[in-house]
Amino acid sequence: MCGIFGVMDKRRQMMDGSGIRQALSMMNERGSGEGAGYVAYGIYPDYRDCYALHVFFDNTCESKKVVDATLEQWGTIEHDEAIPTYDQPNLRVNCTPWRYFFKPDASLAPGSASAEKDIVTNLVMQINAASNGAQVVSSGKNVGAFKANGWPEDVADYFRIEDYEGYIWLAHNRYATSNPEKWERPDPFNLHDWSVVENGKITTYGTNRRYVESFGYTCSMSTDSEVITYLIDLLTRKHGLGIDLAIQAFAPPYWEEIDRMPEAEQKLNRALRFAYGSATMNGPFTVVAANPDMMVGFTDRGKLRPMVVGECGNRLYIASEETAIRAMEPGIESITRPAAGEPVIGRVAP
Amino acid sequence: MAKQVTIDAKGVHYTPLNQQIRKAIEDGADEIVVNNVLGQRFIGDGLRGNATIRVNGVAGGDLAMFMSGPTVIVNGNAEHAPGNTMDSGKVVIHGSAGDAVAHSMRGGKVFVHGDIGYRGGIHMKQYETQRPILVIGGSAQMFLGEYMAGGLLIVLGLNGAMKAREIGSGIHGGEIVIRGDVDDACLAAGAKKVPLTDEDRARIAPVIREFAGDFGLDPEPLINADYTRIVPASARPFAGKYTWE
Amino acid sequence: MSSNFGSMPLRYRITIDREQCMECGRCIENCSYGVFRRDGDRILINSRNCTACHRCIAYCPRDAIMLEEQPCDYRSHPVWTRTVRESIYNQARTGKIILAGMGSVANLPIIFDHLMLDACQVTTPPTDPLREPVEIRTYLGKKPSKLDLRQKPNGDVELATELAPNLMIETPILLGHMSFGAISLNAHLSMARAAQEVGTFMGTGEGGLHPALYPYQDRMIVQVASGRFGVNIDYLERGAAIELKLGQGAKPGIGGHLPGEKVSKDVSRTRMIPEGSDAISPAPHHDIYGIEDLPQLVRSVREATGWKKPIFAKIAAVNNNAENVAAVARSGVDAIAIDGFRGGTGAAPRVFRDHVGIPIEVAIATADRELRRQGLRNEVSLIACGSIRESADVMKSIALGADAVYIATAALAAMGCRVCGNCYQGLCPWGIATQRPDLVARLDPDVASKQVANLIHAWTLEITELMGAAGINSIESLRGNRDRLRGYMLDEGLLEILDVKSVGA
Repeated sequence: MCGIFGVMDKRRQMMDGSGIRQALSMMNERGSGEGAGYVAYGIYPDYRDCYALHVFFDNTCESKKVVDATLEQWGTIEHDEAIPTYDQPNLRVNCTPWRYFFKPDASLAPGSASAEKDIVTNLVMQINAASNGAQVVSSGKNVGAFKANGWPEDVADYFRIEDYEGYIWLAHNRYATSNPEKWERPDPFNLHDWSVVENGKITTYGTNRRYVESFGYTCSMSTDSEVITYLIDLLTRKHGLGIDLAIQAFAPPYWEEIDRMPEAEQKLNRALRFAYGSATMNGPFTVVAANPDMMVGFTDRGKLRPMVVGECGNRLYIASEETAIRAMEPGIESITRPAAGEPVIGRVAP
Repeated sequence: MAKQVTIDAKGVHYTPLNQQIRKAIEDGADEIVVNNVLGQRFIGDGLRGNATIRVNGVAGGDLAMFMSGPTVIVNGNAEHAPGNTMDSGKVVIHGSAGDAVAHSMRGGKVFVHGDIGYRGGIHMKQYETQRPILVIGGSAQMFLGEYMAGGLLIVLGLNGAMKAREIGSGIHGGEIVIRGDVDDACLAAGAKKVPLTDEDRARIAPVIREFAGDFGLDPEPLINADYTRIVPASARPFAGKYTWE
Repeated sequence: MSSNFGSMPLRYRITIDREQCMECGRCIENCSYGVFRRDGDRILINSRNCTACHRCIAYCPRDAIMLEEQPCDYRSHPVWTRTVRESIYNQARTGKIILAGMGSVANLPIIFDHLMLDACQVTTPPTDPLREPVEIRTYLGKKPSKLDLRQKPNGDVELATELAPNLMIETPILLGHMSFGAISLNAHLSMARAAQEVGTFMGTGEGGLHPALYPYQDRMIVQVASGRFGVNIDYLERGAAIELKLGQGAKPGIGGHLPGEKVSKDVSRTRMIPEGSDAISPAPHHDIYGIEDLPQLVRSVREATGWKKPIFAKIAAVNNNAENVAAVARSGVDAIAIDGFRGGTGAAPRVFRDHVGIPIEVAIATADRELRRQGLRNEVSLIACGSIRESADVMKSIALGADAVYIATAALAAMGCRVCGNCYQGLCPWGIATQRPDLVARLDPDVASKQVANLIHAWTLEITELMGAAGINSIESLRGNRDRLRGYMLDEGLLEILDVKSVGA
């Protein structure tokens, strides 16, 4: 029982975080005040060519040295600074959010088709898996995640997200099943391009995790959104699937539906299930994911979690509840509730 | 009129090569000549019919495996296990062959002009009219006729008497006939020597005649030579090893 | 052979309640071991011949027969157990290797029974399989690790990857390999019909394929074992898949002997060996003396059958199981059956049956993990076998990493077998492990096939219920999902090997 929200402007018109804050707050009934988070694309235009690493330090003076040294081995830190924060009476601060603008040295990953991303991926795995008091919570170009253990308004105000402007925003209002909670755990989860917010809980975590880890990813957070992010990265970037086919692999049609498809389609769907059976996700979930070029939403194939889609001009909204969309866009033009297996894919105009 | 097909195997992997051979047989070829063979495996594998396949070069492993009917003539040597689990048909090798020749063969004939490696004729077996025959012109290495359960195995020793030990280890059916005398020390557990009777000689004579014909040898001295016949000491060599719970 | 042991204490004692008995003689007719005989109007008992097969008890119309196991005590001793002492007496008398029937009787903990399954409560909802689909359809065979796609001119995506042949099973339960010879033709027929009815496959074992089974050949996995009995091109072409038997859990590292007594006319025909002769399967395949020979055997059967059929390999679970599985996976087979140390057999040396090998639970877990580690998991399907006793074992096997299971002893039990372990005597009164025509005729394939089908059907229902309760609606999502298992009273080392957390964690 969580609330999720995503908005994208197809023309890259910027939105500051205040509307998103309001939308997410509308779904406080779905949360428990123990975690909220936001991620936005387009917020660091001055460093658009750098990978923006948001890092939570348990202890700045010990952990930062380690991260600095690690990053410098693999590239150049163009700039780093504390992420501006503003204490809130209801937030118990237990870490220091920091940001690095980092340029990986592509020559250190020769032969890779996406050398910079490989380096960043490995750095994130390495830093997050080690007990060094540092957690990378987002690592993409021109993107940043802001999250903490509290109600959406407190988290938004702590980071003053209204000071940031982005053309895609995802947000997550968490209902906790464990507490006290580390700040890095609540959604959104991000790995360079991709960010994920999830409502629900997959029953296939064990299978999915073992599958994705056999390709070199390391799941250190034990959260669904972490494994989902890695699966999306693996299938789209490493295996070259379009996002539509990747989603089809995650929530495939039933065999009986496949049996009735025309032959070519049947063959493709059977092959997808053959190849990606271990990436199939079961259990109740709605996922909204984004990268710099798109925002997508999809649900489990039994449609156990809600997903509402709104459209208004160039804006695409995906949320757990219609009210969240209307809170941000009272004049919304269309509201739909797609069926399971009908992914919503919105792309930014080129 | 016999239909002949020639295939150049130079640099061709065995799967497409065997597909070409199979296709030629399906198209009605009686004789298929395969030139430039160099180690391609499974030639004749699972083939039916009565075509003749001439292999010019070195045949790879498992030549004529599961074969049921055709004749394969190799002008050259063969690697290990020609005639493996072969059903019927004939393999003629104008050279030598590797280990496990005629492994589990249950019918047809394998004639090797030269020598063979270890474990020749291992677990050959017979059933009713199906009786495999392996004839070796030269000599065989150790464990000849191991686990043999049926059929006829002849070693002619054209280049000198066979000296390898452990003959007929675990033999429980069939017979091994070796030209000349065989030292008792060369016999393995479960095998015993018996004299070659006139009836036995009459039985093996046509086989030797056919072999000699295939390789252009004079059959008469071979038919009239002295032979040692080796048969199972018991049809159930392991029966005495066990007791029930 | 003479000895000074006299007679051993009875294993079983049969008694007849004379008040109940009406001297109908059904016990005499039914017992093939000669326990009962008639003396005038009285039925006499020779308990020494009893095997506890229960046939007399099952067919006594008055419930007058009672069986007692081990009616005579030895002095109890924790070290010098009855089994140990009786083995000594046996071997002191005979000087021979002791053979025994069916699977291991070693009293070791069963890991399956210490693994608990998960169910959903509040954080996720269970799925109700009555209303929502729970998919257990399974494909056995090679799966691509990634797909090659082509963009068509109209923008559609088309698959360029050729899929390897897979076997589709409607339930992850296959009927394991038991040869015709070890068991009767009616037992084979019953299982073949059951396989057809429930949409699964049956293994032929190493005994060839009797013509009576040809109508079911599309449901048969034909086995090629070291003895090559019954193997020819016709046999290979008839099977839906071909299994290369490299080992057996009940007797890893050794071959098998079908004694001549069991080689009847029919058995001799399908095995293609003379009637009454011993059928000796050597320990290794004589064309596999090194691992590089295995791909050669795999390719030889592929070449013979035009690369159209899935090829399975079966190995026994031993110490270096993970290494063996990875080696076999590289040989190009489509599926690997792993037979645990509790696997059944018609006859095996007791010392092997009870002392060699490792449990199937561990073997599957280590195989799955190693294949994933080496990026080979999609190359092969894994089949767990060797003492799969109930649907929960199937679930646990799959959660540990198997794709499907073979059942064999359970299928025999479904046909009436009471697991008396005297298969080797060839006198099975249930008509299963025998070739004696009058005994074989007791097993009616119309009835027994239904019972086997019922068992698989019932397990399948239970599996869908268990999956639904766990919130899992497709079997591939259960596969290797060890997070849905918990170990109860398993030691830390074993939990780590199984990659399963302790209960409470």
